[in-house]
Amino acid sequence: MIYAFAILAILIAMALVLVRLIKGPTLYDRVLAVNSFGTHTVLLIGVVGFWNGRPDFLDIALLYALINFVGTIAILKFFRYRAIGDVMWTPPQQDEGR
Amino acid sequence: MSNLDAVLQILSWSLIISGSFFVVVGAIGMLRFPDFWARLHAASVTESGGVILLLAGMCIQAGFTLITVKLMIIGLFLFITGPTSTHAVANAALVSGLRPKSLSTHPNSNGLEDDKR
Repeated sequence: MIYAFAILAILIAMALVLVRLIKGPTLYDRVLAVNSFGTHTVLLIGVVGFWNGRPDFLDIALLYALINFVGTIAILKFFRYRAIGDVMWTPPQQDEGR
Repeated sequence: MSNLDAVLQILSWSLIISGSFFVVVGAIGMLRFPDFWARLHAASVTESGGVILLLAGMCIQAGFTLITVKLMIIGLFLFITGPTSTHAVANAALVSGLRPKSLSTHPNSNGLEDDKR
């Protein structure tokens, strides 16, 4: 079946991205890897739904895409301002967040 | 009519296979590229090419149903938010002082100074 091939490819890609996530030298490598891992997860949920013959899992994939985007932006905002909520503007520090 | 079905089946199979290829290629590039700024390009390959090809292949498999609408919503959302989050990561890295390897002006900063931490 063609979906098994796609699932295998996405799982291999997720493993490679996970290696980059663990050994990424900077913080931004890790954030990029987390974002890419979430995108792979969205694809994997969709393809697994088709592979099972129950494509109703696409709602979960859409929700995962939303949470992935918001989570990436929240992580970046936290590491820039050291706070999630409403913060006063502070000048960006040069050596923070590596 | 079965001829048209065979054509659609082969088209969707080729779309899914090429989408899987782009997903794996983006992941390999993300693992093997030497720099953060190069890894951004590899991540964008997955987030644009792989997502759109895989979702288009699944759209053809699903036919004209509600599932196609959901797949197109997912594709539109990922098509908008993928470059947006990539741009946000790149902007945060640039603001925090990370520079590409070949454009480093400081003699000791070759983009690898983070390994010391």
